[in-house]
Amino acid sequence: MSTESKTPVDDIKPASLWFRIIDSDLFNSFIRKPVIVASAIITLLIFAIALFAPWLAPHTPFNPSSLNLMDGFTPPMTANEFTGNEYLLGTDNQGRDILSAIMYGTRISLFVGFAAVGLAALIGITLGLLAGYKGGWVDGLIMRIADVQLSFPAILLALLIFGVARSILPPRVMDEATVWVLVVSIALSDWVQYARTVRSSTMAEKNKEYVQAARLFGVPAPLILLRHILPNVMGPVLVIGTIGLALAIILESTLSYLGVGIPPTQPSLGTLIRIGQDFLFSGEWWITLFPALTLLTLALSVNLLGDWLRDALNPRLR
Amino acid sequence: MADTLLSVKDLVVEFPHRRGNLRALDQISFNIDRGEILGVVGESGAGKSLTGAAIIGLLEPPGHVAGGSIELDGRRIDNISAAEMRKIRGRKIGMVFQDPLTSLNPILTIADQLIETIQVHLKMSDKEARKQAIKLLDDVGIPAASKRIDDYPHQFSGGMRQRVVIALALAGEPELIVADEPTTALDVSVQAQIIDVLKNTCKEHGAAVMLVTHDMGVIAETCDRVAVMYAGRLAEIGPVREVIKHPKHPYTIGLMGSIPSLAHQVDRLVQIPGSMPRLDNIPTGCAFNPRCNKVFDRCRTERPDLIAVEGNLAACWLHAEEATA
Amino acid sequence: MLAFIIRRLIQSIAVMLTVALISFTLFQFVGDPINNMLGQEASRDDRAELRQRLGLNDPVPIQFVRFVGNAVRGDFGISYRMARPVSTVIMERLPATLELAFVSGLFALTLGIVLGVYTALKRDGWLSNFIMTASLVGVSLPTFVIGILLIYLFAVELQWLPSFGRGELVQITDNWRTGLLTESGRKSLILPAITLGLFQLTLIMRLVRAEMLEVLRTDYIKFARARGLSQRAIHFHHALKNTLLPVITITGLQLGSIIAFAIITETVFQWPGVGLLFITAINFVDIPMMSAYLILIAFIFVIINLIVDLLYFLVDPRLRAEKSGGH
Repeated sequence: MSTESKTPVDDIKPASLWFRIIDSDLFNSFIRKPVIVASAIITLLIFAIALFAPWLAPHTPFNPSSLNLMDGFTPPMTANEFTGNEYLLGTDNQGRDILSAIMYGTRISLFVGFAAVGLAALIGITLGLLAGYKGGWVDGLIMRIADVQLSFPAILLALLIFGVARSILPPRVMDEATVWVLVVSIALSDWVQYARTVRSSTMAEKNKEYVQAARLFGVPAPLILLRHILPNVMGPVLVIGTIGLALAIILESTLSYLGVGIPPTQPSLGTLIRIGQDFLFSGEWWITLFPALTLLTLALSVNLLGDWLRDALNPRLR
Repeated sequence: MADTLLSVKDLVVEFPHRRGNLRALDQISFNIDRGEILGVVGESGAGKSLTGAAIIGLLEPPGHVAGGSIELDGRRIDNISAAEMRKIRGRKIGMVFQDPLTSLNPILTIADQLIETIQVHLKMSDKEARKQAIKLLDDVGIPAASKRIDDYPHQFSGGMRQRVVIALALAGEPELIVADEPTTALDVSVQAQIIDVLKNTCKEHGAAVMLVTHDMGVIAETCDRVAVMYAGRLAEIGPVREVIKHPKHPYTIGLMGSIPSLAHQVDRLVQIPGSMPRLDNIPTGCAFNPRCNKVFDRCRTERPDLIAVEGNLAACWLHAEEATA
Repeated sequence: MLAFIIRRLIQSIAVMLTVALISFTLFQFVGDPINNMLGQEASRDDRAELRQRLGLNDPVPIQFVRFVGNAVRGDFGISYRMARPVSTVIMERLPATLELAFVSGLFALTLGIVLGVYTALKRDGWLSNFIMTASLVGVSLPTFVIGILLIYLFAVELQWLPSFGRGELVQITDNWRTGLLTESGRKSLILPAITLGLFQLTLIMRLVRAEMLEVLRTDYIKFARARGLSQRAIHFHHALKNTLLPVITITGLQLGSIIAFAIITETVFQWPGVGLLFITAINFVDIPMMSAYLILIAFIFVIINLIVDLLYFLVDPRLRAEKSGGH
């Protein structure tokens, strides 16, 4: 009897979950927009290429011993006049394969982007929960800082933090820690959005009866925050995080372009663009334009996804 | 009776939706005579406000008239162009909204808004229009109208603002005013005044009123006839006295029994069990059948039309039985 | 009204003091000014003497007061890198940045409002959809990539416009040299101004559009429709004014951040403004220059904020009546 009654239940459960996903408004608004589907595919593709760059890239662009200066300035899809080597996207002044450089550069850009978003979200959510739950002067202080910070452009703040780090840290340490300094500067200039959203949700949620009841039963505050309040703010945080990823990638590339970010020994997309700009005037356009197009495609796809997600989760904002 | 001003026949309003069309109004039919005040009651979501919006041609897209007709002075207005409809709005049909706090543009003076409206519909010079505007404010009982006219909306109280709204609705000298819950957002102490102003000024200006409200007390004191709506359909329509004293539809009976001020003859307040169905889940047959205490087989399969019973029209098979029996 | 202005002024001063404190902290804890000025090999006595002369032995609060006092008089010390007074260098460079910011702000504001209103009114038109999609591309494009693409197209390929510098300049006052009066100066301004303004343009446009759509949904617009007013009157007499009211605030702040974003544009086009100066200062850890730039930017922000508040006050009848004591 037990086997008979079990089988249909087991059959239905996964099917009904699958059906719930297919039938959900979110999925429907996703599948009906070809642009969004394309953005998702492109984004995932770029993520995969960046993740597996060491195995996918045709060359290892940052190993000086594998570079041949004679290969320098080879235009895309043309044989080099001295060596006869052909590169899909051409080479730079040192004979580095642009395609491989882009793959590795994207890897660094995405790493910084994800790490910065993660750190910003962590800081923002923590402070937001704290401000919303505690209220009083804690709330006042955190939100005042957020207000002041919000009125300054993120780029300025990130530059400043980077500048300070550079002057405090000894040069050798700085060289090794550049990526992390970059992550921290971007995260510190981008946590406010998370904190604001989480704070307002927390304030709305903490006065609901089930939270009041949990408090009366003596459930400790951190547990209430994690179990009851945090799940309610994950939607907006996801939206902010997605748009934040695009912003972080852009910010990282901008800092690197300005020359304060990733050093040329391990170039991110921004560094590649900066290096290539010098050759734009002498006609070697591919050195800077291909990394620029990659950056554009990546930022645009992620932005489109974030934009769609915001509209889909909160139709009123349209 | 007097001649018909507005005639609504089998009006259907639909909202397209991913899983099919939502039918928000289903075959509504009624008339409004010149100078008459028709009350429209029902629970929220019954389609009262939607009926008003459909008449004045301001349904929120994607909502649209999907069937039936609306005639004003014998001329159809449900299928005319946007430009034609604009000439009717304000000039033939005026509208008063629920919330006077949000109905007036906060950064334009009362004079700006009134004179602009007057000049759109009536050929008047700036001076004449201003004079007319002051007269209108006077009519709706704004003290020191010639002074207050240059004030901004936020300088008036809620009740005063609703008077201004009524003046604005009357500015184009329309023949019909659709008043959508005009007192719901107001302080209880001024509700009666505003209803009086609405009733009297419209009478002076010769305008009929379609008064949408969920307040039976207001209906009882103000209206000539009343229409009762339920789940996007008309349940009953008839002279106010008849409907209140001798309701024919079980829903109307329940509705009257649930209102303290009207139920003084009844021993205790009655509550109708259950709640109104959602628009995507209306039962076959009579929409009220799952909650009706007099339900029988026919109610569950066949939808009743309006049936004449003693001066009222009621959409209920009980009375078809009576008529044939 | 007066009380409002005074309150605003006090707030502005508080913000400025906070920023000054941050700058001061930079001086205190980042790098050793003695090392920076005398070099590593100076003698102990020289160091001690300079410490005394610079007042570095005084209590920190007194040093801070002195710092603020100097800053108010425009004295930010000597640039470590250029060995010239910071304020002189900044005053030389400021006109270039202000001209660039002004032109691109004007460009962003006019086009942003026009396009925002258009896309809100013609919500489902193909041109609106195109503009909205293009604006998303605009938001996703890092400023420096826009600049490089423009340089490639207009300077390298078509050779219509110069790709760097300010062109021929005309001296107006001692410190102020303008490029607006010569043809080559104006030509040099076009690409940087577009580059700098494009991002703000998309932001303003999206904001105007969102705000306009919000206003078009309000009851008073519905009521205006119900009174039979023409589309034109509803859109441009009733909706536009209400739309632009909140837009003023955010747009004002955006215009302020243009000055900060100029850092990127100035780097791309080698535009000799304060932004380029700041980047160099960061690369060389030139603390006096960094902190002066920080204070300058904060000052511009505060001034713009004040102007925006006053403007808002003058435009919105609700605020005016409230604050002047009418009922």
